[in-house]
Amino acid sequence: KNFVGWGADGKAIISILGHRNATQRTQIREAYHNLFQEDLIKRLESELSGDFERAMYRWIWEPAEREALLANLALKSADKNYQVIVEISCVLSPEELFVVRRAYHNRYKRSLEEDVAANTTGHLGRARLVSSFRYGGSEINAKLAESEADALHEAIKNKNKGNGEIIRILTTRSKTQLVATFNRYRDDHGIAITKKLSDEGSDEFHKAANLAISCINDHKKYYEKVLRNAMESVGTDEEALTRVIVTRAEKDLKEIKEVYYKRNNVHLEHAVAKETSGDYKKFLLTLMGKED
Amino acid sequence: MAFNQELEAITQAFSGHGVDEKSLVTILGKWDPQERESFRKNTPHSFIEDHERHFQRCDDHYVRLLKHEFVRFKNAVVLWTMHPWERDARLVKEALKKGPSAYGVLVEVACTRSSEELLGARKAYHSLFDHSIEEDVASHIHGIERKLLVALVSAYRYEGSKVKDDTAKSEAKILSNAIKNVHKKPINEDDEVIRILATRSKLHLQAVYKHYKEISGKNLDEDLDDLRFKETVQCLCTPQIYFSKVLNAALRIDVDKNTKKSLTRVIVTRADIDIKDIKAEYHNLYEVSLPQKVEEVARGNYKDFLLNLIARG
Repeated sequence: KNFVGWGADGKAIISILGHRNATQRTQIREAYHNLFQEDLIKRLESELSGDFERAMYRWIWEPAEREALLANLALKSADKNYQVIVEISCVLSPEELFVVRRAYHNRYKRSLEEDVAANTTGHLGRARLVSSFRYGGSEINAKLAESEADALHEAIKNKNKGNGEIIRILTTRSKTQLVATFNRYRDDHGIAITKKLSDEGSDEFHKAANLAISCINDHKKYYEKVLRNAMESVGTDEEALTRVIVTRAEKDLKEIKEVYYKRNNVHLEHAVAKETSGDYKKFLLTLMGKED
Repeated sequence: MAFNQELEAITQAFSGHGVDEKSLVTILGKWDPQERESFRKNTPHSFIEDHERHFQRCDDHYVRLLKHEFVRFKNAVVLWTMHPWERDARLVKEALKKGPSAYGVLVEVACTRSSEELLGARKAYHSLFDHSIEEDVASHIHGIERKLLVALVSAYRYEGSKVKDDTAKSEAKILSNAIKNVHKKPINEDDEVIRILATRSKLHLQAVYKHYKEISGKNLDEDLDDLRFKETVQCLCTPQIYFSKVLNAALRIDVDKNTKKSLTRVIVTRADIDIKDIKAEYHNLYEVSLPQKVEEVARGNYKDFLLNLIARG
């Protein structure tokens, strides 16, 4: 809480904020406001720049507010990055998703689903995803998994006509039930459902459905892929890199790191250190647990 | 009391919503076998004369009716003492089981509850039935109403005061065009209409309602032919009118089982919310007071219980 006169000392900002949990960061924001009569976030925005600023801006919020912010930014972005919407809807638990929806109300004075629905044309699939409040139990109905694996198979074959069924199953069933259904699909039809979907088409709908399935099935594997792609691409995708590390740092980044190491035989920290620089790099490494 | 008066009192005790327990206890309780036989002979639609074997047997309908009417008070008590979340979860489950004629209840629960109340109902549904409301609604309903109903039960509407009036105006136009083109594209297939009705805040929709009236001269719900869409708009924009209409349909002597049940449902679910406003609107629409109508049509403990609930607020 001793900020007086720190100016834009990146190292100090990282060492203080990078090591605080959500409650502490909120307390710091409050204390800062009481001391200096200004919003710490606005101050950071004006003092920092580039990737570091963007990363710090996302980090400082509480998790639910952060996800709401990311969702809103995604909806406003020119390329309409729906990936974030699908991630939020499918990776978070049903309760966490509701807290995000509440945070969205408070911040944007509209509901998340109304913004998602108004910003996407055609299917209300994504609106259905963000509106879901899945049953969170671990029961599996094996017969249902079988019939819905078949229903999905038929629906995928039916092209556009089948989209309604795909949306119904993917947006309403519990995650445990869905994982059982995806496994059953592979057993019965000899191909992973994601592979079948991408074989059938690469339009918005198929991409979103695949994304949802990957997130529900194994989100750590999904995030590993996002990180890998973010760093493999020509000119690192800092947006994706920041998003994964900042949103998972307080959750399961450690496990994602393990998945990354298993897949790539290189520690995530090393990969990130190679692809990034300066305060941005230091900040990401701090979030990953590496002391500077 | 002369026997004829007693006969009339007992007939009255059995005709209406609920039964007049007091009369049954005092009058029936004192009747001797001849008086009871006289009662049976004088109530031909409840007791069928078997001329061959010389006795009067109960009509099946009468037996069923008695079952429902005696239990009406108990059902009201159970519904009233339940947590509102469980209440709504069970109402939804029951409606799904009953089928399309009961889907209006789904609209009612989804659209007249606050966002937090609907969330609570969804939580309770998880707890009671090990499924989410939306998964059951989506898998049980196969007809054209599915899209709208799933969207409605999934809503978590913004409840603040901020409304963008130009958006409301343009959405009123979208609705107006959709309604004009209903012969080309049925309203249940219009994603834009569903989007507006299922995601916008209630305040926003009330602004849309107002702009629609300015554009077309009619009320939005009047211009919607599809019953569920009509109910949706009524529940979201003019809930007290909607509830008054439901009550009015229920407050008749000869009415079907499901319609009769809505009397308990509306009064129990609104007693703590807006029963006072519903009373006022009812009086406005039908020029008779709600308590008076209940007094006419309901009986016994059930009647007293309802009157008590109506008197709140």
